[in-house]
Amino acid sequence: MRARLISLPALSVLTLLLAACGSQPPAPEQGAAGVESRTPSAVKVDTSPVTTVQPDRFDPNSIAALKDPRSPLSKRSVYFDYDSYVVKDEFQALLTAHGKFLAANPKMKMLIQGNADERGSREYNLALGQKRAEAVKKTLVLLGAREDQLEAVSLGEEKPVCTESGEDCWAKNRRGDMLYAGEF
Amino acid sequence: MKFQGLVIACAAIATLCPATARAQLTVEITGAGANRLPVAIADFTGERIVAQALTSVVRADLERSGLFRLVDAGAPLADNATPAFDDLKNRGADAVAGGSVTTAADGRYETRVRLSDVPKQAALGNPAYLHSGTQLRATAHRIADFIYEKLTGEPGVFSTRIAYVVKSTGRYELKIADADGSNDQAALASREPIISPAWSPDGGKLAYVSFEAKKPVVYVHDLASGRRHVAANFKGSNSAPAWSPDGKQLAVVLTKDGSSQLYIVNADGSGVTRIATSSGIDTEPRWSPDGQFIYFTSDRGGSPQIYRIAASGGAAGSGAERVTFEGSYNVTPRLSPDGKSLAFISRNGGRFQLALMDLATKQTQILTDSAKDESPSFAPNGRMILYATEIGGRGVLAAVSSDGRVKQKLSVQAADVREPAWGPLVR
Repeated sequence: MRARLISLPALSVLTLLLAACGSQPPAPEQGAAGVESRTPSAVKVDTSPVTTVQPDRFDPNSIAALKDPRSPLSKRSVYFDYDSYVVKDEFQALLTAHGKFLAANPKMKMLIQGNADERGSREYNLALGQKRAEAVKKTLVLLGAREDQLEAVSLGEEKPVCTESGEDCWAKNRRGDMLYAGEF
Repeated sequence: MKFQGLVIACAAIATLCPATARAQLTVEITGAGANRLPVAIADFTGERIVAQALTSVVRADLERSGLFRLVDAGAPLADNATPAFDDLKNRGADAVAGGSVTTAADGRYETRVRLSDVPKQAALGNPAYLHSGTQLRATAHRIADFIYEKLTGEPGVFSTRIAYVVKSTGRYELKIADADGSNDQAALASREPIISPAWSPDGGKLAYVSFEAKKPVVYVHDLASGRRHVAANFKGSNSAPAWSPDGKQLAVVLTKDGSSQLYIVNADGSGVTRIATSSGIDTEPRWSPDGQFIYFTSDRGGSPQIYRIAASGGAAGSGAERVTFEGSYNVTPRLSPDGKSLAFISRNGGRFQLALMDLATKQTQILTDSAKDESPSFAPNGRMILYATEIGGRGVLAAVSSDGRVKQKLSVQAADVREPAWGPLVR
C-alpha cells in the first residue's frame, strides 16, 4: 500500500481533508448540454479508521462552520426592498463572511438563487430575481470569491417561502439564497 | 350557463370517460356577444347514442363561442332530408344543421352533415366524416369548426388544443387538453415549477421552462413521443422560449453574460446568438407572425415596457423601438395571428389587467376588470384571448373576445391553473 510511505500524522491530515471534501458532492457542471449530474465523482482512496479528538475551537473558514449556528455562515438569505437589487448594509457582514469563506475554500462552489414577490409577470419576475442573485454574486466577488465558484440563477416568483398576499409576506420572498454544492 | 361537455359524452358512451374526470377544466360562459347568430342543430339520425354525443358536443362548442344562440330544431333531421324551413323560420333560426350516422363496413361510423341557410332555403355545405367511437369528440369539434367557418367566415378553433400548468400540493403538471377542456393529459409532472409553455407552429412540440434542476432550464418536448431535449441550459437562468414562425429557432432569455438578455438558439439547442443588448432586463420575446420583428419586455427606459427590434438583430442597425408608453408597467407582449394587434398585461392602479393595442392606431383597450391577469394567448383565429387570472385566491384561466364582449372562465376543482398557451390550428 502506497499509504505506508506517508508518515502517520500526514496520513490522518490527508484522510480528514478527503473526508471533508467527500462529504460535499462536487459542483454541478455548467455547460450548455444536459441536466446537471448530482452524482458525486468517486475518489479512489484506501481508508482506515482514524480516531481524532475534535478540538472545541471555532474556525470561521472551516466547512463545519457552514452548519454551525454560531457562525454567520449558517445564515444564507439576503432580503431586498421592493423593486430594488441593492444589497442593504445590514447584509454586508454576512456577505463578507461568505466571501472570505469562498476565498479560503477555492474548491467550494455556490448557487445563488434570486427570488421575487408574486406581483406581475412570471418571466419579468424571473428577471428581477436574477438581478438580485447577480447583486449578491457581485458583492461576494468584491469580497474575495472567484467568479467561477459562483452561479447566479433565478427562481422568480415560483418558490415563495410565504404564500399570503401582503407586504409582510412579499418582503420575505424578495430574497437571494446562498446554497453551497451539496445543498441544492 | 355551465358546460361540462365530458358529462354529456360520459352519459352517452362510458368509454369516453377519463379516469381523471375531476381534474378536468370546466368552461363557464360569463359574457356573450351582442348579436348572436340563431342556429338550430337538429338531432342527427341513425346510430342514436353516437348521434346524441355528436350533437351535444357540437351544440356546446357553438354556444361556448359566444357567437351563436341555439334554437330548438323541433325534430331530428337527416343530412339528406329537406329541413322544415318555414317552421325553422318561425322558430327564429337563420341556419340549420342536420346529419345522419351510419355504421360503415369496417365497423367505424360514417357521419354526414348538411348545413343550410334558412331564409334562402339553400344548402351551405355537406361534409362527411369517417370515425371510430374514440374519435367522437374530435369529429364533433370538426363539425362545429365547419359550421363556425361557414357562418362567420373565419376558421373555427374547436379542434385546437391548449396547454396549461396545474399546481396542486407539491406537484406541477404540464397539461394538454382540447380547447373545451376535455381529454386532458399530462405531458410532464414534476415536483418543481414549470412555466412559459410555447407551442411549436406545427402543434407537435412544446417549449417550456422547468426548474427540476433547481434553476430554470429550457426544454423542447415532442408531444407524440413524450421525448424531450434541453434547448438551453447555460450558466445562470434560461427562460421565456418563443418559436420562430418557421419552427426552426427559439428566442430565449439567458443570463450567461450578466443580466437577462435576448438570444436565438436553434430548436435543437445548437448555435446561440445574442440579438439585443441592454444594461437592464430584456425578456419575454415574441416573434411577429410575419417573422420581421421580435417584441419583448425591457426596463431599459426605467420601467418595464414593450419594445420591438428587427428579428435580424443588430445587423439591421435600427435598434429597439418602444411600443407602449402609457403607465409604468406594460409586459408580456403577444401578437394577434394577423399581426395587427398586441395583447399585453398592463398595471393600472395596482391592478394587472389584460390590454389590447391596435398597432396601427396605438389605441389601447383594457379587456378585463380583474386584478391579477397574466400570460395572454390568442386563439389561432384571433377571436379570443386566453389568459391566467385569480378568483378567490385561486389561479384560473379565463378567455375574453378581442372586442371584450364574450367572456369565459376555465377552472379545475381544488387546484391552481396557470400559464395557458393556445395551440395552432389543426389542418
